[in-house]
Amino acid sequence: MHLDIITPDKKIYSGEVTSVSVPGTGGRFQILKNHAPIISSLMGGKIKVEDSEGSKEFDVKGGVVENLKNNVIILAE
Amino acid sequence: MANLKEVRIRIASVISTQQITKAMKMVSAAKLRRAQDAIVQMRPYAAKLREMMENISDSLDSSTGGVFATARPVNKVLIIAVNSNRGLCGGFNTNVNRAVNKLVREDYAAQVKEGNVKVLAIGKKAADFFNKQPNVYAGNHNDVYLKLSFDAVSAIADKVMKEFADGNYDKVEVVYNQFKNAAVQYVITEQVLPMAPHGPLTPKGGTPNAQEKGMKADYIFEPNKEELVLDLIPKSIKIQLYKAILDSHASEHGARMTAMNKATDNAGDILKALRLEYNKRRQAAITGEILEIVAGAEALNG
Repeated sequence: MHLDIITPDKKIYSGEVTSVSVPGTGGRFQILKNHAPIISSLMGGKIKVEDSEGSKEFDVKGGVVENLKNNVIILAE
Repeated sequence: MANLKEVRIRIASVISTQQITKAMKMVSAAKLRRAQDAIVQMRPYAAKLREMMENISDSLDSSTGGVFATARPVNKVLIIAVNSNRGLCGGFNTNVNRAVNKLVREDYAAQVKEGNVKVLAIGKKAADFFNKQPNVYAGNHNDVYLKLSFDAVSAIADKVMKEFADGNYDKVEVVYNQFKNAAVQYVITEQVLPMAPHGPLTPKGGTPNAQEKGMKADYIFEPNKEELVLDLIPKSIKIQLYKAILDSHASEHGARMTAMNKATDNAGDILKALRLEYNKRRQAAITGEILEIVAGAEALNG
């Protein structure tokens, strides 16, 4: 599944991932392959990404995540 | 001949001026590229945000937009004037000041009488200009250009949105130079608050992706559509302001590049004329000297 993390200043991550876990306003959740389409707002916290090279973490102040057909886009701040 | 020396000094001074304008032009060209990059970087974010907004607000009526989307009778107006901290860029700064002044004098004349129009300056040139009109001047955020980032702009937007929500302003507009290309910039006025029903980011005209929309997946909305919209509206307002400032920043360097290019050309013209003048005078001096020598020799022979 493909993940893009975009901030207004630049794209901070783009690539194939196996899992991404985000701090949703309704609680932390994880998106795996073939997750149902979802749009959720995010609160401050860490985005955890797992790709072929291991896991990475990004701090965010807030944002939105959208998942559609194994395309995850996070608009972060 | 003293005259000759004067011309030589002037030539030297024009040459050094030309060097400065040439250097400024190059610096602006480099900065312009960086400023344009920033705009390009911001675009995917803005595009995606707009798409999400459309996606969500399609199935919502506009009454759920919250305080930022609700129009009120316009009594108090805030105008955000965006230009730059530095001069030497042609009409770039003055055009914005003039446009804002026109808004204040004509469009909002009634509100000005009651002292209800304020101008927030982003850029020293606007701040200096409106500082002379204390009845409308509301402070400045010139430091945003020191390190231009979304965070800095976001802080300004937060402040403005809070004042709008508190009822200190009923309408917020931003005046800035829209970047067309390095030579052409348009001064435009955009309404920031209240947000238009479908948002300022919505492209005008028909929706080309109408077919696509029919196939759109059923999203799970978390927490729910209404709250998502309330969450997205401030973001899109921030992006709008950020876009305005980035555009203005790129325009500034474009304008300065053009102005400095023209200045370099003009210096070249002046140099050409001065060199001609110098050579003419030098020749005149030589001719004069020869005449003197010949006359002296004649006198001796005579």
